[in-house]
Amino acid sequence: MRKVAIYGKGGIGKSTTTQNTVAGLAEAGKKVMVVGCDPKADSTRLLLGGLQQKTVLDTLREEGEEVELEDIIKEGYKATRCTESGGPEPGVGCAGRGIITSVNLLEQLGAYDDEWELDYVFYDVLGDVVCGGFAMPIRDGKAEEIYIVCSGEMMAMYAANNICKGILKYADAGGVRLGGLICNSRKVDNEKEMIEELAKKLGTQMIHFVPRDNFVQRAEINRKTVIDYDPTHPQADEYRALARKIDENKMFVIPKPLEIDELEQLLIEFGIAN
Amino acid sequence: MLLRHTTKEVKEREGLTINPAKTCQPIGAMYAALGVHGCLPHSHGSQGCCSYHRSTLTRHYKEPVMAATSSFTEGASVFGGQANLLAAIETIFSVYDPEVIAVHSTCLSETIGDDLQQITKKAKDDGKIPEGKYVIYASTPSFVGSHITGYANMVVGMAEQFAKSIGEKNDKVNVIAGWMEPSDMREIKSLASRLGVKIVLFPDTSDVLDAPQTGKHEFYPKGGTTIAELISAGDSKCSLAVGCISAEPAAVALDKKCKVPFETVDMPIGLSATDRFIMALSKAGGVKVPDEITAERGRLVDVMADMEQYFYGKKVALFGDPDQLMPLTEFLLDLGMIPAHIVSGTPGNRFEKRMREILERAPGANFRNGAQADMFLLHQWIKNEPVDLLIGNTYGKYIARDEDIPFVRFGFPILDRIGHSYFPNIGYSGSLRLVEKILGVLMDRQDQTALEERFELVM
Repeated sequence: MRKVAIYGKGGIGKSTTTQNTVAGLAEAGKKVMVVGCDPKADSTRLLLGGLQQKTVLDTLREEGEEVELEDIIKEGYKATRCTESGGPEPGVGCAGRGIITSVNLLEQLGAYDDEWELDYVFYDVLGDVVCGGFAMPIRDGKAEEIYIVCSGEMMAMYAANNICKGILKYADAGGVRLGGLICNSRKVDNEKEMIEELAKKLGTQMIHFVPRDNFVQRAEINRKTVIDYDPTHPQADEYRALARKIDENKMFVIPKPLEIDELEQLLIEFGIAN
Repeated sequence: MLLRHTTKEVKEREGLTINPAKTCQPIGAMYAALGVHGCLPHSHGSQGCCSYHRSTLTRHYKEPVMAATSSFTEGASVFGGQANLLAAIETIFSVYDPEVIAVHSTCLSETIGDDLQQITKKAKDDGKIPEGKYVIYASTPSFVGSHITGYANMVVGMAEQFAKSIGEKNDKVNVIAGWMEPSDMREIKSLASRLGVKIVLFPDTSDVLDAPQTGKHEFYPKGGTTIAELISAGDSKCSLAVGCISAEPAAVALDKKCKVPFETVDMPIGLSATDRFIMALSKAGGVKVPDEITAERGRLVDVMADMEQYFYGKKVALFGDPDQLMPLTEFLLDLGMIPAHIVSGTPGNRFEKRMREILERAPGANFRNGAQADMFLLHQWIKNEPVDLLIGNTYGKYIARDEDIPFVRFGFPILDRIGHSYFPNIGYSGSLRLVEKILGVLMDRQDQTALEERFELVM
């Protein structure tokens, strides 16, 4: 079972990219589980055709009652197993602690057991790694490979670099490795070249360049992944390609995060200067 | 030799504290809250944060100490403790019927960002606080400051959340007590009444934590500052903060909210500090010091003079809380003793600065406060430069035994002796008692170790 975590700046399209890629893997016959690690609990909406009704942490509110795995894991597109960690409302409690608690609960309940014959687990993690809790999926060898979704916008690259610092921290103890950058295009000038260069500097690869296409939004409004909504659309092939590249990926590295000066220099060379 | 692993060589440490000379904020908040009449302290956090502090207070006072808890579980930690606290407030008022619930936070509730102001307001808006009853709060994370900070924060909470000004000043003086024993608070009331000054003392744990045995258990003993008194504090003509670390913040808050001017004095431990306290209180009340108090002072001076030979040049190591250590150090100097090593786990520049001033009379004294100023360091200093006397709380007994030093218990907590909560440690009479205690252990030592031909009948 390969354990994959998807990180990236808030709003960059992690959940959309994850689900579309998972659909690609599922279509190719892989058995995948998606663990949404975002308090908003919207990481599995496209696979399920709607929001998960009961999150892992919802079960905490009903302490004492027997919690069954089937209450919190639902089957989605092509038998993908979907679960949402959930969490507190904005502004209260501790969402980070929530992630820790729910990942532990899933383990206790046997969500990762052999009986499910999983090929992949995908953790879709909230925007920035703001505290220890959001690093939970990369601790103790939980997720082993990480893909960072980014674009050619400065803040997305900045966030990607920061996430690499987090990976570096856990790489020794937990054995987590960076599998590559996924460029979710925002149609920034020289975007592909710039992210390829960033990837090179970080010691990794740009595993795929996902072109921008409004069809993704159209599928999303219909609560579906692109592959599910229209398997013949060219954008569906992009996600199939990304899924195939991840499946065939052999390049797993400990990243070398950049200094801020270096990062800014990169932007000047590829962006503004040209 | 329980502390046999303590080495003589002092090394600079960055991250490690060994046997800290302080404890958590909530215990201070809990203690202060018990000084309000009919108040039930409430700990907003996990159960251990409540029970540990309750039991330490119980062991120090040999009285049952009541406090409630929000009983955080994993769920409360993730979703926030609001639901727990709202339910607790409802249950407490219906089952235990206090006048006031004084809520303090803990490390956990602070870290997850629970907002006590917002939650207590919601409790009020939702009608969970009965008419005429109150819920006050203080923020007391233990990763900041010490138990003294927690005490100060809760007393600020009392001043800010109770005191109101109706615009007409009365002739009372607020006396804001720093962390001291119920016996000390009783002594302050006694001194004020003998001086003829009308005071509002808060907090006031006398008749709460030294309540008499009557055969009937009172859940809320008769003592404690009443709500009416706390509200009226906003119209007192002035305030006297007794202790710049544990009491002054409340005086500042009262001045800000109700324009009550204040003066800060040291806790009246020893001759000089008691002199300043008596002068400040008589000035604030506009009264003359009666002969009776002057005579009491005279008796202390007489004993100090008579016994000077036993004190002179004796080295002392002491540890404890800032508001007590400052006047205590000064008193030891007044007695002709040499304060040699002093530590306090409570951080603060103000304390450090004042101690430096006092210690100008004791060049070469070791002094440190803050996180790394622990009992381990004190023990190391003692190993390097032995002392004749150790003064501090019960935890000092390990050092006293290992190093064979006469030991006087003073401060918080004292878990293995009684007396501290019954006999005052402040004022002229409290100072006289301290002199007696110090003299007792020094003379006992002399009797134990004197050569036969030097064994004195008369001392």
